[in-house]
Amino acid sequence: MTLADLIAGVTMLALNAYVVLGGADFGAGVWDLVAAGRRAHRQRAVIADGIGPIWEANHVWLILVIVLLFSCFPPVYASLSVTLHIPLVLMLIGVVLRGSAFTFRAYDSTGSAVQRYWGSIFSIASTITPILLGMCVGALASGALAVPADADFHARFVAPWTSGFAILTGFFTLAIFAFLAAVYLTVEAKDEDLQEDFRELAIVAALAVAALAVALLILGHRIEGSITPGLVSRPWSLVLQVLIGLAATTAFVALVRGAFRTARVAAVAQVSLIVWGWAYAQYPALIPGVHTIESAAAPAVTLRLVAWGLAGGAVVLVPSLWYLFTIFKSDEASAFQRVDTAEYKAPE
Amino acid sequence: MSDLLAARSQMAMSLAFHIIFAVMGIGMPLLMVLAERQWIRTRDPVWLDLAKRWSKGTAILFAVGAVSGTVLSFELGLLWPAFMEYAGAIIGMPFSLEGFAFFTEAIFLGIYLYGWTRLTARAHWWAGVAVAVSGTVSGIFVVFANAWMNSPTGFTLVDGKPTDIDPIAAMLGPASFPQALHMTIAAFATTGIAVAGIHAWMLRRDRESTFHRAALKLALLVAVPASLLQLVSGDLSAKFVAKWQPAKLAAMEGHFVTQRSAPLRIGGIPDERTRETRYAIDVPGGLSFLAFGDFDAEVKGLDAFPESDWPPVAITHVAFQVMVGLGTLMAFASLWVIVCWVRKREVADSRALLGLLALLTPAGFIAVEAGWVVTEVGRQPWIVQGVMRTADALTPMPGLVVPFAAFTLLYVFLGVIVAWLLWAQIIKTQPDPAHPIRRDV
Repeated sequence: MTLADLIAGVTMLALNAYVVLGGADFGAGVWDLVAAGRRAHRQRAVIADGIGPIWEANHVWLILVIVLLFSCFPPVYASLSVTLHIPLVLMLIGVVLRGSAFTFRAYDSTGSAVQRYWGSIFSIASTITPILLGMCVGALASGALAVPADADFHARFVAPWTSGFAILTGFFTLAIFAFLAAVYLTVEAKDEDLQEDFRELAIVAALAVAALAVALLILGHRIEGSITPGLVSRPWSLVLQVLIGLAATTAFVALVRGAFRTARVAAVAQVSLIVWGWAYAQYPALIPGVHTIESAAAPAVTLRLVAWGLAGGAVVLVPSLWYLFTIFKSDEASAFQRVDTAEYKAPE
Repeated sequence: MSDLLAARSQMAMSLAFHIIFAVMGIGMPLLMVLAERQWIRTRDPVWLDLAKRWSKGTAILFAVGAVSGTVLSFELGLLWPAFMEYAGAIIGMPFSLEGFAFFTEAIFLGIYLYGWTRLTARAHWWAGVAVAVSGTVSGIFVVFANAWMNSPTGFTLVDGKPTDIDPIAAMLGPASFPQALHMTIAAFATTGIAVAGIHAWMLRRDRESTFHRAALKLALLVAVPASLLQLVSGDLSAKFVAKWQPAKLAAMEGHFVTQRSAPLRIGGIPDERTRETRYAIDVPGGLSFLAFGDFDAEVKGLDAFPESDWPPVAITHVAFQVMVGLGTLMAFASLWVIVCWVRKREVADSRALLGLLALLTPAGFIAVEAGWVVTEVGRQPWIVQGVMRTADALTPMPGLVVPFAAFTLLYVFLGVIVAWLLWAQIIKTQPDPAHPIRRDV
């Protein structure tokens, strides 16, 4: 394994973190959008409490992916930004609207009508953005980005990310995010009615994830240049597929039985394995048909320094993140009152 | 509108929008931890109220700063892919480090904003300190990356391709120190003056408010030293530009003809066609002295460069005048504050000073925007000084006027909302001395 492989792996790890943390925040927005019935208000409250303290941190993973990409694999960053210009711009608009609307809703106390308005911007943007992100991944994985520079506008800038495969990948991504969010929310929700609500949603999402995964496998095999054959034909791919299946089954059974903590662990494992299954099937290509890890890697000196930077950064980040999550995601923490009605703890 | 102009406009607009939030993202956390520290020491609830309001403002500004910063990290590639392909490996280092600093800031801001009830006061305060420090550090790293575009070092050009890359040397090039210093001080001066201005304005209407007096005092504690130090760091920056970017200096000064004992021009409108700057007040030998420390030194004029390498002279010159003018005013107000403080131990009693501070509320922001116009427009037609032209970095994607229009609309919308939220939620709401901390996070 080369240094470039290692950094590509770390980039993938950051993407993995973005999917299981930031992705769940998007998914929570989806459930905010579809929240209905007598308990809709309480469902939304659980969602807001769950996202509040950690969502900024969760979304920095995406910036880390981008920064690693342009420092260590600059031609890949440049090439993706050219061919995927349109969906990336649309995705960014979603990111901006979602992020700001969420904060505006939290700090705007002018009245419930305005808050609902922020809430709907937040939840609509939460739904559309993952689809666009998934369409970009679908364009990449289907090998559609190997377009000659003299191709016409449609062939170069539109066709790659609007194929059936890409669109299906978009919905697959949305389903994964929604699934993760619903599973996490079963743990976050403290009363049984809400837990039951989110359990049902999680089961629906799990079924959607499974159905879309099968559809993508079938569709992908028909596309020339797609990475789909790599999902099954490589030495370890079957092992990976079996592990994904095991994790998915565990998550599903745990959900049905109401073992929410087990379901959460299994769901994270399942989704992470899907991400790594994609990476493994595509390895060593970064953009299939255009760039490999080796062909796109920055000079060794840059890679070495970034590797040191990553190690140094991890020394700061890991304990900080651990601190953040122990404060807000431990059982003890949730026993505290909701923040907006609480008194500030005075020093003795 | 040509694609190049649309792309440049989109980049300029995105940076101009983001920089406001970046500046506040550096300055506000410092104010917020200073206020909380006062509260921990004195237990006077006015400080806690202040810390909470300022942290609310920080939260809103940080969120918009974070998303507009994310947009920028993509826009570098969406608009200038050839630049990023060329420069990514060279300046990736400061960007990577910035990523970590920003990450740390986001983590501790979450802890700070939502942790009032979950941490001891001391731990909570330290979380605020972590936000302030990592925010400042993250700003410095971004400026390092920009500094490289002004004084590209750390590589050798062989057949138009960079080789022998040394990312550390690239990160710590000659522009890095003066530029990072100037920008960091600008962030504190701007935030301090803006917050002081708002409370000065409130004090003119309600002279006895202990709340506004306390807020004004803390804001000036940051604003005054920063505004005065900025004069020194500005001089350092000018000397750097004189040495490394003589064409930019000539444009900043509207200086067309190479000469010894060059005058410093105050005001004036440069005319590129007739090659002269009219209506300026000339200080003889002033430019030679400020640039090289010698009243007699020769300063290159624009005539020393082919016209195809000229930056837009009028824009650069006027922006520079605006920045220097406002910076000087801010320094003047700061001196006045010191005089008041030394003589009367109180600044809130001078109605005239309060009026000036209130007027200066937006001054720092305008100066920062003008300063970035000088840096960026003054570097044109280069995206990397002397190495790559902006036009050669442009994406092949056509129709760039569409994303430009879309982001402009989006940012205007966000700008209005943020201004309204800060006004309605934080500034206008009256402090409630009986329950300063209830329902108020």
